[in-house]
Amino acid sequence: MANISIHEDDILINEQGFNDHFHEHHHGDKYKTNFLSHYVFSTDHKMISKQFLITGMFWAVVGAAFSVIFRLQLGFPEESLAWIKPLLGKWIVVDPSTGIGKLAPEFYYALVTMHGTVIVFFVLTAGLSGTFSNLLIPLQVGARDMASPFMNMLSYWFFFTAGVIMFYSLFISTGPFAGGWVAYPPLSALPQASSGSGTGMTLWLISLICFVISVVLGGINYITTVLNLRTKGMTMWRMPLSVWSFFITAIVGLLTFPVLASGFFMLIADRSLGTSFFLSDIFIAGQALDRVGGSPILYQHLFWFLGHPEVYIIILPAMGIVSEVMSVHVRKPIFGYRAMVYSLMTIAFMSCIVWAHHMFVSGINPFLSNFFSFFTILIAVPSSVKVFNWLTTLYGGNIRLNTPMLFTLGFVTLFISGGLTGVFMGNHVLDIQMHDTYFIVAHFHLVMGVAAFFGMFAGVYHWFPKMYSRFMNETLGKIHFWGTLICAYAIFWPQHYLGLAGVPRRYYSFDSFEAFKHFADMNKFITIFAIIAFFLQLLFLINFFYSIWHGKKMTNKNPWKSNTLEWTTPIEPTHGNWPGNLPVVHRWAYDYNKDDREYVMQHIPLKDGEVGDH
Amino acid sequence: MEHVIRFQPGKIHPQKFALWVGMAGIAMMFAALTSAYVVKQSAGNWLEFSFPNHFYFSTISIVLSSFALHKSFVDYKTGNESGYKWFLFIGFILGSAFVVLQYFGWTALYAMGVDLKGNASGGFFYLITGLHVIHVLGGIAALIVTMLNAFSLKYKVTEKRKLRFDLVVNYWHFVDILWVYLFIFLLVIK
Ligand code: HEM
Ligand SMILES: [Cu+2]
Repeated sequence: MANISIHEDDILINEQGFNDHFHEHHHGDKYKTNFLSHYVFSTDHKMISKQFLITGMFWAVVGAAFSVIFRLQLGFPEESLAWIKPLLGKWIVVDPSTGIGKLAPEFYYALVTMHGTVIVFFVLTAGLSGTFSNLLIPLQVGARDMASPFMNMLSYWFFFTAGVIMFYSLFISTGPFAGGWVAYPPLSALPQASSGSGTGMTLWLISLICFVISVVLGGINYITTVLNLRTKGMTMWRMPLSVWSFFITAIVGLLTFPVLASGFFMLIADRSLGTSFFLSDIFIAGQALDRVGGSPILYQHLFWFLGHPEVYIIILPAMGIVSEVMSVHVRKPIFGYRAMVYSLMTIAFMSCIVWAHHMFVSGINPFLSNFFSFFTILIAVPSSVKVFNWLTTLYGGNIRLNTPMLFTLGFVTLFISGGLTGVFMGNHVLDIQMHDTYFIVAHFHLVMGVAAFFGMFAGVYHWFPKMYSRFMNETLGKIHFWGTLICAYAIFWPQHYLGLAGVPRRYYSFDSFEAFKHFADMNKFITIFAIIAFFLQLLFLINFFYSIWHGKKMTNKNPWKSNTLEWTTPIEPTHGNWPGNLPVVHRWAYDYNKDDREYVMQHIPLKDGEVGDH
Repeated sequence: MEHVIRFQPGKIHPQKFALWVGMAGIAMMFAALTSAYVVKQSAGNWLEFSFPNHFYFSTISIVLSSFALHKSFVDYKTGNESGYKWFLFIGFILGSAFVVLQYFGWTALYAMGVDLKGNASGGFFYLITGLHVIHVLGGIAALIVTMLNAFSLKYKVTEKRKLRFDLVVNYWHFVDILWVYLFIFLLVIK
C-alpha cells in the first residue's frame, strides 16, 4: 500500500474518515473572504502561520543587520563608519577634522540590546513557535483549525503591535533601550540612567508586555487544540514529535511568561510610580537617590525564571521539527519515540528550576548555587538522550541529503558543540571566570541562536510545499546551508578562546586593554564571516520569495512520502483543511520501512495482526 | 468561526478548557508576585500595617457576588427567567461594589501613610491588589455584555448562550477565588 495513489487516498478518508458535520454548515457565501479578512485579519491558522513567519523574517533581517553594524565596530575599530551615516544619522559621530565617523558608544549598546531582544523574542519565539505551531498543530492532529481562531488572530496582532512599538523606539531621538536584552535595573528602572533608559525603555516595556499577551494567547490555543481537537484515533502517543514539542513549549511559555510580566509590572511601578522594588542606594552624578530598600537581584530572579525556560521555549520546537524532518528523510522510525517525549518533558520541567545559573556572580548565596549547578548539569542528561536518539536514527538510514535534511544535521552538530560548553558554565566555580565573557556568547549562539535558526530553516524548506504548494530551490538551499554552517563555526568557535582569555562581552572597544589587544585580528576574522553570513541569509530570502510565485509546482500531495496527516490535505489549502471527512488515525507517525512497505501513512488501517502503537 | 469547534459529548468544551488554561497563566503571574513578596519580606526592612476595613467588606462582596452569579446560571438553565435576571443583576452590583470598595480601601490606606514611595511592603500591596482589580474589571466588562444580552434578547436556553454564560461565570469565580487567596496571603504574611 506504500504506493497508494492520491485518488485512493481521498476515497479512504471519505469512506473511513470521521464526519464531524463540518461541511453541512457551508452555505455558499459564508466563507467568501475579502482581501482584508483573507490576508490581514485572517483567522485561518495556515494564514496566521505565514504572517508569523514573514513578520519573523522581517525582524531577523533587522536584528542581523544590527549585529553586522556592531561587529564592524568590534572588527574594524579604526575604520571610518561615516558611510552608514545616511542610515544611522546622529548615531555616527564624524570627527570634523579627520572626517572619520565612529559609532556612538550609547548606540553600540542600543544595537546589542535590540539585537538580543529582537532575535530572542520576535524571531526565535514568535517566528519559530508562532509559525510552526500554527501551521502544524491543526494539520498534524487532524483538526479543522485552532480551538479559538479569533484568539489566534489576536495573538498575531499583539505580536505585530509589539513589533511596531519596538520599531518605533528605534527612531526616537534618545534612542532605543540600551541596557542589554535582560533589562536589569537600575539601568532599566531609572529613566535618567542612560539615554535609552527613558522613552526607549518605556516603549521596550510596552512592546514586551504586548508580546507576553501574544505568547499567552497563542499558547492557550496550542494547548487546547492538542488536548481537545485531535481527530479520532489520534491518541497522544500517536502524535508526531513536532506536535509534542509545540505542546510542551506552549505549557512552559504559559507558566513562565506571566512571571516575566510580573517583573515588568514591578519595573514599571519603579519607573513611574516611585516604588523601590528593585532600587537601593543609588548614586547618579554624585547624588544619592532617595530610593532605598529594593533589591536588583529580585528582578534577576523574576527575569531568569522566564529567561532560562525561554531559551528552551526557543529550542524545543526546533527539536520537534528536527525529529520529524529527520525521520522522514532517513526513512526510518525515530529512535526511541517515547524517550524523545519523556526527555522533552524532563527538559521542560528542569528548565524551570535552573534559572539562577545566570546569577552565579550576582551575589546570590553560594550554597544556593550548589543546588542550581547540580540541576543545570543534570539537564545535560535528557539533552544527551535526545542527541543519542538522533544519532541512532541516522545510523543505517537511507539518508536523502536534501536541504531540509542538511539543516537537520546542522542542527544536531550545533546543538552538540554549543551544549557541551553549557556543562562547563553550569559549574559555578568555573563560571566565575567565564561569566560575562565571550565564552557565554559562543555557547548560546551555537546552542540556541544558530541551532534554532537551523531548526527553523529545516522546517521552512520541508513544509514550504505545504504552505505555498511549491518547492524552494534546492541548489540555493544547499549553498545557503553550507555557507551558513561554515560561517556559524567561523564566527562562534574563536569566541570560546576569547572568552577563556577573559575578553568581556558587551564592550564597545578593546583598544585600551593591553591584555586583549592581540585579539584584533581574531575580531576582524569574526566580523568578516558575520558579514558573509548576513548576505547568505539574503540568499535564503530571495529563494523564499521567488519560490512563492515561481518555485517548482507541487504535483503530488505527499512529495516527501511522509506519514503525517498534513500531507493528506489537498495541494491547494482549503478552509477547514480537509474537503470532506476528517482522516481517522490508526497508527503512530513513524511507520517507515515497516514490513515490506516504504512508508505507511497514519490514516491507513492496520492489517491483521499489525501493531499501530509504540 | 465557532463552527470549527464541535462540542463532543462527555468532553469538556474546548473554549471552557481554553479559559482554564488562561486562568493558569494569570495564576502564575500572581504566584510570581506573591513569591517576590515573600523573598523581599524575608530580606528584612519590611513595614507591617493593618488593612482598612474596606478590604474585609470588599471580600464579602465579591464572595457573595459569586454565589449570586452561580444562582443566576442555575436559574438560566432550569428556566427560571426572573431568577436568572435578578441574580445576574445582583451579582453585577456586588461585583462593582468590590471595585469601589477596593478603591476606597486604597485611599484609606494612603491616608494612613502607606504610600507607594515608602517601604516595599506598601508597593507590593498596591501592585498586587491593583493588578487583581484590573482582572476583575475584565470580568465586569463580560458581565455587562451578559446583562445586555439577558435584558435585550428573548429568553431562550441555547447551547451557545449557555456556554458563554458558563464561561463568564467561571471567570468570575476565578477572580473571586484569586482574591480570597491574595487577601489571606496578605493577611497572614505581613
Ligand atoms: C546542557 C545544557 C546547558 C547548560 C548546562 C547550560 C548552562 C548555561 C549557563 C550556566 C549559563 C550562564 C553562563 C553565565 O552567564 O555565566 C548559560 C547561558 C546561556 N545559555 Fe545555556 N546551557 C545549556 C543549554 C542551553 C540551551 C539548549 C540554550 C538555548 C537553546 C541555552 C541558552 C543560553 C543563553 C541564551 C545563555 C546566555 C544568556 C545571557 O546571559 O544573555 N543554553 N547556559
Ligand atoms: Cu539558562
